[in-house]
Amino acid sequence: MSTRTALAIEATGLTKSFGETQAVAGVDLVVPAGSIYGVLGPNGAGKTTTIRMLATLIRPDAGSARVLGHDVTTEADAVRGLVSLTGQLASVDEELTGRENLVLIGRLLGHRRAAARARADELLEAFGIAEAATRLVKHYSGGMRRRLDIAASIVVTPQLVFLDEPTTGLDPRSRNQVWEIARALVAEGTTILLCTQYLEEADQLADGIAVIDRGRVIAEGTPGQLKASVGSGRLHVRLLDPGRRAEAAGLFDRAVGAVTPAADPTVLTAACADAGRAAVGLAELARAGIGLADFSLDQPSLDEVFLALTGHLAADEPALQEQPS
Amino acid sequence: MTTTTDPAAGAADTAAVRRAIAATARPPRPGPLSTALTFGWRGMLKVKHVPEQLLDVTVTPVMFLLMFTYLFGGAIAGSTSAYLDYTLPGLLVMSVLFTTVYSGVSLNTDLTKGVVDRFRSLPIWRPAPLLGSLLGDSVRYVVAGTVIIVVGIALGYRPEGGPLGAVAALALVVVFSFGLSWVFSVLGLLMRSPNAVMNAGFMGIFPLTFLSNVFVDPRTLPGPLEAFVEANPISVLATASRSLMAGQPDGVAILVSLAVAAALAAVFLPVTTRLYRSR
Repeated sequence: MSTRTALAIEATGLTKSFGETQAVAGVDLVVPAGSIYGVLGPNGAGKTTTIRMLATLIRPDAGSARVLGHDVTTEADAVRGLVSLTGQLASVDEELTGRENLVLIGRLLGHRRAAARARADELLEAFGIAEAATRLVKHYSGGMRRRLDIAASIVVTPQLVFLDEPTTGLDPRSRNQVWEIARALVAEGTTILLCTQYLEEADQLADGIAVIDRGRVIAEGTPGQLKASVGSGRLHVRLLDPGRRAEAAGLFDRAVGAVTPAADPTVLTAACADAGRAAVGLAELARAGIGLADFSLDQPSLDEVFLALTGHLAADEPALQEQPS
Repeated sequence: MTTTTDPAAGAADTAAVRRAIAATARPPRPGPLSTALTFGWRGMLKVKHVPEQLLDVTVTPVMFLLMFTYLFGGAIAGSTSAYLDYTLPGLLVMSVLFTTVYSGVSLNTDLTKGVVDRFRSLPIWRPAPLLGSLLGDSVRYVVAGTVIIVVGIALGYRPEGGPLGAVAALALVVVFSFGLSWVFSVLGLLMRSPNAVMNAGFMGIFPLTFLSNVFVDPRTLPGPLEAFVEANPISVLATASRSLMAGQPDGVAILVSLAVAAALAAVFLPVTTRLYRSR
């Protein structure tokens, strides 16, 4: 019965230019079915253009992509029948009510009037928009609009949902709700391609991540693999006496790992491959009589992963060298 | 009834979301006509929610109707009632043609919103959104035309052709507008903002309407201008509308009007669908 292939998306060498600017410069993506796959990158990295090619809104200049086993250019209509898109601008009609939006999509997908209405009411209820069902969408809050947007994407259950920056501009509470919904969709077997510029979002939701910058995939893997590729965690200490920071930095450099400059004169941060070395470093500080207000050891954040990865590409300025002592 | 509830009051119910996504079977695909009609319904809903937009498009022609009839009517035609007889069928043309500009404006407004991306990602007949919005627009055309006729009758206009003539004239003008609206749809797809479409649209339709026989008999004009006005399709349409209203249909003018509408559609409809697809 199932026509589902093991791969939801398989793209090779996708390229798209707008005039002189090359928005996407050869993107390869392999997205397994039934997972959330994150495409992570800053504004203008080519995320949206990639999604628009995969959702058959624009044709790639070069390269090819199969979505759920269908080619996006030669079998665009088949692809459209299996996917849903929630765009970067919420893809709902602001001049209609929430309920009318969902009935409209239901009708366009082939539901009869009564079925479309019933489905709209079911979704409005499930997504917590029932009270605002008869209000025009332009009066909705950002969070409600996003929820309606996602509801519109599942009027008929799709196999793959494109979520393009679903939480941009939302407050933390609404953001968490969108995350909950995304997890619920995947729990029911839908694949999600998530574009985001929020590292935390990809870390929270995605099973696999492609980091994209300037139209290219510059790193790929699970959140754990990406963090591991950056190498190490960090040891942070806050000194009681900022006057002894230089001395402490010297100790850390020998005992723990490279010290990175920090804006706060009381804080010292050093790369730290394992907890044992952190213990040694802290013992060294104690022996030298340097008092600590606070210390912590953490894994590299996806933020740091991203900076490390794109930092290489954008490394046209030399690293800070004016280290005291 | 509280209208200002806490905006964060509603919340998604994850279990219900899971049930909702698990439970659906895909219905059979709707046909092209049914899809276009659904988009037409969308157009009607917009009119329903913002009925003022109908006022926008009828205020100017009604203003012209009052102004020209009472201010210039006596001077132009000897009496206001004689002028009303001459100009009302023309104002019907003007009123409805002005409304066609809004077809381009609303298409452009759509494009600046994300909703078009959703339509384009649906497995539907590609031209359906365009044809559907045209169906919605036709309601506006009929309203704009009816308002002018009704105001005219209130001012004392009595079409010789009776109600049938008036309806026939209105129908012809609406059909012509279907053809013309594709020109503004192309503008709507090419320009950057709804305002730009509005400005460009009126920059074209305004002088074309005035340089026609809507307000004055071209025989009073200097030679080259008279030639231009006679050749202006809007003059032909106004002549056809006048003849229908008067109960003496001018077959040539009617046919030429329909032919111009068909030609406009033949040229600009394919351009519109092409542009829409590649946006």
